[in-house]
Amino acid sequence: MINIQSLHKIFNKGLPNEVQAINGIDLNITNGDYLVIVGSNGSGKSTLLNLIAGSILPSSGSVNIDGNDVSRLHDYQRSRWVARVFQNPLSGTAPDLSILDNFRLAALRTKRKGFGIGINDGFKARVKDQIARLGMGLENKTGQLMGTLSGGQRQALTLLMSVMDDCKILLLDEPSAALDPRSADLVMQTADHLIKDYHLTGILITHNLKDAFTYGNRIIQMAEGKILHDLSSEKKTALSQNELFSWFS
Amino acid sequence: MSFYLSALIMGLCLSMLALGIFISMKIFNIPDITTDGSYTLGGAVTAVMFMHQQNILLVLLAVAASGAIAGALTGLIHTKLKINALLAGILVMTALYSVNLIIMQRSNIPLTDASKLLFGLIHISKTDDLNTLFIVLLFVIIATIKIGYLLKTDFGVAMRATGNSESMVRALGVNTDRMKIIGLALANALTALSGFLVTQFQLFADISMGIGVVIVGLGSVIIAETVINWLRITSVWGSLALVLGGAVIFQFVLAFTLAIGIDANYLKIVTAAFVLLIVSLPRITQRGRAA
Repeated sequence: MINIQSLHKIFNKGLPNEVQAINGIDLNITNGDYLVIVGSNGSGKSTLLNLIAGSILPSSGSVNIDGNDVSRLHDYQRSRWVARVFQNPLSGTAPDLSILDNFRLAALRTKRKGFGIGINDGFKARVKDQIARLGMGLENKTGQLMGTLSGGQRQALTLLMSVMDDCKILLLDEPSAALDPRSADLVMQTADHLIKDYHLTGILITHNLKDAFTYGNRIIQMAEGKILHDLSSEKKTALSQNELFSWFS
Repeated sequence: MSFYLSALIMGLCLSMLALGIFISMKIFNIPDITTDGSYTLGGAVTAVMFMHQQNILLVLLAVAASGAIAGALTGLIHTKLKINALLAGILVMTALYSVNLIIMQRSNIPLTDASKLLFGLIHISKTDDLNTLFIVLLFVIIATIKIGYLLKTDFGVAMRATGNSESMVRALGVNTDRMKIIGLALANALTALSGFLVTQFQLFADISMGIGVVIVGLGSVIIAETVINWLRITSVWGSLALVLGGAVIFQFVLAFTLAIGIDANYLKIVTAAFVLLIVSLPRITQRGRAA
């Protein structure tokens, strides 16, 4: 699904504050994989995710999605394949728009935003059904502004928004880092269900080693812009929590 | 003509400009002051085209198009060259002063034949003043309905989200640069239409008619916003109606100032003080409540 070849990203090239954020990464992620990325701050996890999403473009190397070379495409062009949940709950939703408006845009992620009124009774019912899955009681408040909800609620809704339209890849950049433990669990479980139910290819960045242990079928550790460890399915299952902790000591 | 009727008509003429500021400032979160230039541009194009006996529909289209081009230029400078929106607006506004002079060829053009103008076109009421009021009202209502409809469409939702959460709309497949350029084009097309209306109402276009007019738009939007926050209005229609109301209230305040005999030379300082009062009103009342 995602094929990355000899990827490099250098920030501020030629200046005294030059940073080699991604230093030659080759990575092949197959369809339906749920990849967990761990690594200390500054190891290049978020940069890698941004390079896949297209919010930054690589210095050299290539990114392929579903057989298409997307290396030079911008984030709004890669949204055809990629849905995203940000670390900051405020980044994934528009606070001054209603829940319904937010879901309408999400339902058009891969389509044209045309001059018709798309929010009709059928669409409202569809959003209601989708939100009812969360069991948060938000299904009857779809007219409410997104900004009136809590960070946990917004993050959970952002997850649901990603499957309102055809989605192949779900990028999760520390989606539960800013949340309380209960909301964090709910968000992580919702993500896990969506990835399984919709057969998505998922990539999760996390600092929570318990989450890294619990979720996903492949785990990589990054350091200084390179991949340090890479364990796929059986090896990840065999990985003990203590071993995972020892990666960071 | 009655003082206040004239203020009402002027307020309605300027409500198009207020809608433009509402779109750039509130929807796109961009402080755009191309306004001063695009308003005069609208007036200049109107006067010159009427001087050459052009058809009113053609004039209307040319005015909207010229305003849109001015706005799109500001948008291009802001998004493609990554220049601060305020500076981009100032640059285009400054350049437009010369453009307007080139279009007009002199600093003032009077309109002599009122029968060919918008207000002479249809006769709804026998009295000229009321006729003008009805036509302007009709024009403003049609334009507002079109803008309101646009904001309700899928494209409009994407527009509103662009100024609200840029990271989100980009992740949802919207080219935010393109969206901002379209938004500024739309805002300045509306501003130019204010120039179109005012020129026909005053029967002249003047090179300095736009100086400081941006404050009228800002003032109107701020009056509207104060009421929107106060009454917790979330509907698009309510917000648009309040922006129109804000523009009218603004002109009433100016008319009142003149009526009580304050020197017309002090009008700008009264305007500034009035806008300051409206902006600070929520803070002042809050402090009163807290104490």
